[in-house]
Amino acid sequence: MNIHSFDPVAAVLLIPIGAAALLAILPGYRLTARLNVVASLATFLSALSLFVIERPQPGPYVLIDDLNIVFIVLNTFVGFTTSIFSASYIAHELETGRLTPAYLRFYHAMYQTMMFGMNLAFVSNNIGLMWVAVEIATLTTVLMVGIYRTHAALEAAWKYFILGSVGIAFALFGTILVYMAARPVVGEGQDAMIWTLLVEHAAHFDPALLNVAFVFLFLGYGTKVGLAPLHAWLPDAHAEGPTPISAVLSGLLLNVALYALLRFKILLAVSPNAIAPGPLMVTMGLVSLVFAAFMLYRRRDIKRLFAYSSIEHMGIIVFAFGMGGPLANFAGLLHMVMHSLTKSAIFYAVGHISQVKGTQRINRIRGLTVTHPALGWGLVVGVVAIAGLPPLGIFMSEFLVVSSTFARQPLLAIVLVLGLLLAFGALMLRLTSVAFGSPRGSTAPVEASYVPMFAHLSLVLVAGIYLPTPVVIWFQHVATLLG
Amino acid sequence: MQMHSLSFDVSHTLAGGLVLISFMMLYQDRLYSLLNVFALHALVLALSVAWQAYVQNAPHLYITAAIALVFKATVIPVALHRIVKQLGIHRDIESAVGIGPTMLAGMALVALSMVLMLRVTAEADPLAREDLAFALSVVLLGLLVMVTRRNAVSQVVGFMSLENGLVLAATGAKGMPLVVEISVAFSILIAFIVIGIFLFRIRERFDSVDVSALDDYRGERR
Repeated sequence: MNIHSFDPVAAVLLIPIGAAALLAILPGYRLTARLNVVASLATFLSALSLFVIERPQPGPYVLIDDLNIVFIVLNTFVGFTTSIFSASYIAHELETGRLTPAYLRFYHAMYQTMMFGMNLAFVSNNIGLMWVAVEIATLTTVLMVGIYRTHAALEAAWKYFILGSVGIAFALFGTILVYMAARPVVGEGQDAMIWTLLVEHAAHFDPALLNVAFVFLFLGYGTKVGLAPLHAWLPDAHAEGPTPISAVLSGLLLNVALYALLRFKILLAVSPNAIAPGPLMVTMGLVSLVFAAFMLYRRRDIKRLFAYSSIEHMGIIVFAFGMGGPLANFAGLLHMVMHSLTKSAIFYAVGHISQVKGTQRINRIRGLTVTHPALGWGLVVGVVAIAGLPPLGIFMSEFLVVSSTFARQPLLAIVLVLGLLLAFGALMLRLTSVAFGSPRGSTAPVEASYVPMFAHLSLVLVAGIYLPTPVVIWFQHVATLLG
Repeated sequence: MQMHSLSFDVSHTLAGGLVLISFMMLYQDRLYSLLNVFALHALVLALSVAWQAYVQNAPHLYITAAIALVFKATVIPVALHRIVKQLGIHRDIESAVGIGPTMLAGMALVALSMVLMLRVTAEADPLAREDLAFALSVVLLGLLVMVTRRNAVSQVVGFMSLENGLVLAATGAKGMPLVVEISVAFSILIAFIVIGIFLFRIRERFDSVDVSALDDYRGERR
């Protein structure tokens, strides 16, 4: 009886929004930080229950299918672990006076509102609603990036706001064009915005209109994915905001925009005369990968370094989905999950490191494995993972991307491998100077919460060695859905 | 048929008027006059939306028109006027590109959107397709305003005119649900966020709202 009256979709939306309202009112750091963790955990558990509970029929607003369950569960999981990291990170920020209690309330409320926006984007079956949800998530992160109110933070937030708004404007224009294409076939009004109906009828849409719509959607949501040359907001936003926000930006928000792109890619795949979105995605993906790989060499700020690494990996993922086919889609999906887990783990480490050293400059951080073994080795494992070394999960997904590309487009695969090697070199160069050598900077002990970081890293390690069969089957199924 | 052509002509005129006013924004070199032109832009948008509401017999669009009239054409320009006055920046706008090249670029963008949209939407009904072509022109011209200005206030104005183009497109798409109201609500929200938070913070921290001054604080250039 109880089970039947529980609606997980409503839960993943209502828990964050309720928590946001509570957190905006409640005073006191300890209480609110804990409440933030509890709310995130509850959201994660409700998301997990999506696996077992009978799925609701796709309605005008809500859709649950195999594709978005993956995204929702990943989203709420990283949201939960980040809330644990955030609790210890924020305690330090309050001590040093970078954040005041009033801003803390604002921060927590925005954190939950952002989770609400992202979950809403995932479950929405209505392309208008999806756009609104992505916009909510974006606006809340803009506010959080600017929360320190320093020169650099304001510039980053301003840049993020301007570029993000232009992106979101293009996405809305694309959404309107999709509606225009659907209206003669599906009928006027609400129906022409419902994704499941659109997919059913997409074969009869005007292909030319759909093409233009996709270009706008690609530019719009692609800005949010951080594809070069639309990436300019991303490094600044990562570097200047609080580190928990960098973790969710890299690990989650980029995925939200990617998810929106994938939904429209499926739509175009159904229409026989529309352009294939593949080549566009492949090109932008490769450009992002190679560009970011070169940019990695010149970074002096540790958070900027990993921000560029995110651009690189989003490039790989978009490339894989652009290649299409069951194998490349599988690899792209796996890579996305692995990247989210690894990159947020790296940012957890980097957050504590920059707090204890009091700087984000790479050349002022040395010998971490000597002074802070747990943090230092955690960072080493994270960077080794993100650089794509075996036996960690990213090696496996990158290997799949590369090998499936070699089988079909050897020339593209060469560029891909070149980009990967370049990025690998840059990351190793930076890692050796940061993690090893004689210590530099403060050696004060750090009150870190290691659990989220090592939880993520062990998941990545396990996935690299042995991927459980149900997961493989699930991903294979989703990969065929993606076409 | 006669009625149809009248409704067509009026909406065509209003949408074309929006494009013209977008052009006027390109060559305003003072903030006050830019704000006045923007108010005019929003006013014409309100008329256009109201006309669509009447023609399509869609009363909910009157709300959109009213919002455009009250907020975009009145409240926001007045508020920005006061901000500009308070900040003491009612001097010239430093535009990054000269007026001549900007106008040429604007013409090229309008030509591009006409060619693109008219060709693509050959099968759609004529009202919607011309509306879309004009709307894309307004969007691109708004983008051009944002690109050619360095001043934060004029960038916001450029963004809002871009948003006006989106509203024009959304109202031209007959029967489009939900999004019209929400997008307008969001444009207001954005405008408020910008005015309330960014400009005041920027003023607090910097003595000018010239965004190029912010560039100096990039982490990479130290």
